[in-house]
Formats: sequence, structure tokens, C-alpha cells
Amino acid sequence: MAPEVLPKPQMRGLLARRLRFHMVTGFVLSLGVAALYKVGVADKRKKAYADFYRNYDAMKDFEEMRKAGIFQSVK
Amino acid sequence: MLATRVFSLVGKRAISTSVCVRAHESVVKSEDFMLPAYVDRRDYPLPDVAHVKHLSASQKALKEKEKASWSSLSMDEKVELYRIKFKESFAEMNRRSNEWKTVVGTAMFFIGITALVIMWEKLYVYGPLPQTFDKEWVAMQTKRMLDMKVNPIQGLASKWDYEKNEWKK
Repeated sequence: MAPEVLPKPQMRGLLARRLRFHMVTGFVLSLGVAALYKVGVADKRKKAYADFYRNYDAMKDFEEMRKAGIFQSVK
Repeated sequence: MLATRVFSLVGKRAISTSVCVRAHESVVKSEDFMLPAYVDRRDYPLPDVAHVKHLSASQKALKEKEKASWSSLSMDEKVELYRIKFKESFAEMNRRSNEWKTVVGTAMFFIGITALVIMWEKLYVYGPLPQTFDKEWVAMQTKRMLDMKVNPIQGLASKWDYEKNEWKK
């Protein structure tokens, strides 16, 4: 048709190439998101709870709430 | 046609619509939309019919030449044969366009009109907000929530400094 000859395009293995790309990408992204969630959400939350309850005094907490006047059963 | 003869042997099983229409052409007139149609689709690479239905004399001659060895066809003839069979090439049918700009613009335009409608609605339709939205009420509400130590680990009370009596920096 035209004077210049185009290079022959890739004819085979197109699905295989696409599958490989998407499987690798999907695997990497999934692992990455899971790792980020573990560090940024799960571990952070566990640490927050551990830190809160390490030196938690329930009676002291209760006294503070009672003095603030929020209870109906005890003033 | 051999297929219909086989079906009649088996016992009048499923026969396609087009076969039935062809058999009753004297009674049923088939509209354009009932016949197999040509489509330019990426996921349907070989359409049911060719693009050009009625060939000119030169095209008919070319189709005859196609029955011989293809190496005798010139480049232009090959392209002509392609254009008889197909309307747009894959590159042509997949070309990008500026349609998305029109779509996004029109959507934003109508969202803008909706915004005006909602503003009118707030002014002329809705009654006053309940007292629970007043600034003083919300302040008293928040103070009570802090007194109750709501969500003291990661939530509201965790953001309040109980020693200094202010929000944590």
C-alpha cells in the first residue's frame, strides 16, 4: 500500500504476555496493600490498645467520670 | 441447506431464525434489522456479513480474481478486497476521540444546575435546623462525650488532653 514497510507486529503469545503482566502486577499490589494494612492499621491499632491498657486504672477512670457527673446511678 | 435437511431427519429440532425466514420468504418479509448485520467491534473480529453488499462490476471481477492464486493480486487489489469485506480497520475503529470532554463537561454542567436547585431548596423549602445543631448545644454535647471518655484509645477522647483541658496538638 504505502512505500514504507511497517515492522511486523507481535503475532503470538499476546494473551500469555497479558496474563503474565497482570498476574505479576496483581500479586505485587495485593502483597503491598496487605503489608501496608498490617503495618499502618493492624499493628498501629494493637500498639494503641497495648499502650492504653498498660497503665490503665479502671477505678481512677470511674472516679473521674463520676466527678464529671455523667452517671445517673451514682453521684 | 444441508443442515436443514439433517434437522428434518432428526425431527424438527432448533432451526435458526434466518433459515426459517428464508423458507417462508413468500409469506414473511424480512426487515433489515432481522438479517445478520455488519459490526465493527474489537471483540467480534469477523462480522456475520461483508461490509459491501452490492458489488460493482469491477468489484465482482476482483472477487473472481480472488478465486485464483493470491500472489497474482496487487497491493491495491488486496486493499480493495479488504475494504469490500470490512468497513473500518482495527486501527481506525479503535481511534481515540474527544468525546470524553463533551461527556465530562455536560455532566459537570448538570451537576451545577443541581447545585442551584439545592440552594433554592434550602432557602424556600426546608424549615429551620433542630436545636441540636446550635453551636452551644454541640459544645455541651462534646463536653459530655469527653466526660464519658467516648472511644478513649483511638477515637474522640484519645484526641483530648485531660491534663491541660484542651485538644491534643
